[in-house]
Amino acid sequence: MTDRLKDTFLEMLRRAATDLPPDVQLALERAHGKEEKGSTAKRAMAILLENVQLAREQSRPMCQDTGTNTWWIHRPSDIPEKDLVQAVHEATRRATRLGYLRPNSVDSITGKNSGDNIGLFHPVIHVHEVRGRDLAMDLLLKGGGCENVSAQMALPDVSIGAGRDLDGVRRAVLKMVDVAQGRGCAPGALGVCIGGDRATGFSVAKRQLMRQLDDASPDPALARLERRLVTECNRLEIGPMGFGGRTTVLGVKIAAAHRLPASFFVTMAYSCWSLRRAHARIRGQKVTFLDRSFLAEGA
Amino acid sequence: MKRIDLPVDEKTIRGLRVGDEVSLHGVIVTARDAAHKLMIEDRPDIVRPYLEGGVIYHCGPIMLRKGKTWSVVSAGPTTSIREEPYEADVMAEYGVRAVIGKGGMGPRTLAGLKAHGAVYLHAVGGAAVYLAGFVRRIRGVLMLEELGLPEAFWLMEVDGFPAVVTMDSRGGSLHEKVRSGSSACLDALIQGR
Repeated sequence: MTDRLKDTFLEMLRRAATDLPPDVQLALERAHGKEEKGSTAKRAMAILLENVQLAREQSRPMCQDTGTNTWWIHRPSDIPEKDLVQAVHEATRRATRLGYLRPNSVDSITGKNSGDNIGLFHPVIHVHEVRGRDLAMDLLLKGGGCENVSAQMALPDVSIGAGRDLDGVRRAVLKMVDVAQGRGCAPGALGVCIGGDRATGFSVAKRQLMRQLDDASPDPALARLERRLVTECNRLEIGPMGFGGRTTVLGVKIAAAHRLPASFFVTMAYSCWSLRRAHARIRGQKVTFLDRSFLAEGA
Repeated sequence: MKRIDLPVDEKTIRGLRVGDEVSLHGVIVTARDAAHKLMIEDRPDIVRPYLEGGVIYHCGPIMLRKGKTWSVVSAGPTTSIREEPYEADVMAEYGVRAVIGKGGMGPRTLAGLKAHGAVYLHAVGGAAVYLAGFVRRIRGVLMLEELGLPEAFWLMEVDGFPAVVTMDSRGGSLHEKVRSGSSACLDALIQGR
């Protein structure tokens, strides 16, 4: 089992670094189609689509910043967590040696790069035990540029007239996107969490980036807000790379977490256009690589 | 597309305007966070010959070593604004004529571009395989041990490396223009319920 795990995790890392899921590819093609002919924005979209194709064909990381690697693993009770963590670590070291990952893990005190992407809280691994026989995995590679523009606001916020309601959430997200400009490698995808404590807010917001870009929240009010925010963010005309243009965000995905009476956080996890997800499932002997998260598969 | 051969003179650079697309030919030098801090605090001479009339590329590449030679795997731009505290001084100290990065830079750098005769060039963020395709060979690497692979000074010989001028030596900034437009729109959107 351990070898199968390691091989599966390595292949997930390779896929995430060198290819994009079909829904992201489609969203980028649509965004390219919408930009004005001859504009810098359209040229940028054409270059990044060409880049995706080259990366896929040559199996090379499409962005040199292979990011924070975050794993979500649902395990059946007979596969111990420590085996999974060990397999992730070994696959990570191999992926780094093979050039699928940049050595991206720096000691915050000494400044020394660990060289193999293993360090304190690196990679990030969330393991949950679930009923059933399937082992299900999601992986996100998220670079530093877009992590740096991810943000959190506490409502109410007088400066934007944002109260503790969905309209306040709308205002807060628009404000954070305006602050980000093109620095997170727009057009971005937004994972948003309403509520939670500060840490949970970021965690839940980041988890939303695993959703399909064309899906909708099961909550009708959140689904409406998602659609409205896509339209309104795009009206800001920050555009690809912040060059100005018609697509600023590819999708907005919102979830809620319960909060304390005293707190009302709105948290935005901003992903660059290069939304690098990989998904897989192991059922018995059989490994399946998937286009979408096991959350969407109903696992 | 305007061709720029490196090293380049001040007059050519002062002739560039926001919106101009350029292609670079010659050696560009990667430098990011640790390298910028070092260039201000220690002012190392080892990089000087490559920066006079030259170009700094905000990039932490993925490189692979085969025997004694390095090859570039992926090499797109990193976010430039983190070098805002240093860049104007680095340009003055080393005679740099252009900086390539992404996301644009702030007023201190914009003033520096004007004072020293330099431009900010925007490359397409995340297009790291595409951009690595313009690197003909790696001339060498400086301070690899001290700075680590992503942060070292990589001397990249490029042929036709594409970028767009988004901040010029006359005080023009596409980033300021886009920001003022989006902020005005934000105000309107916030008012509408």
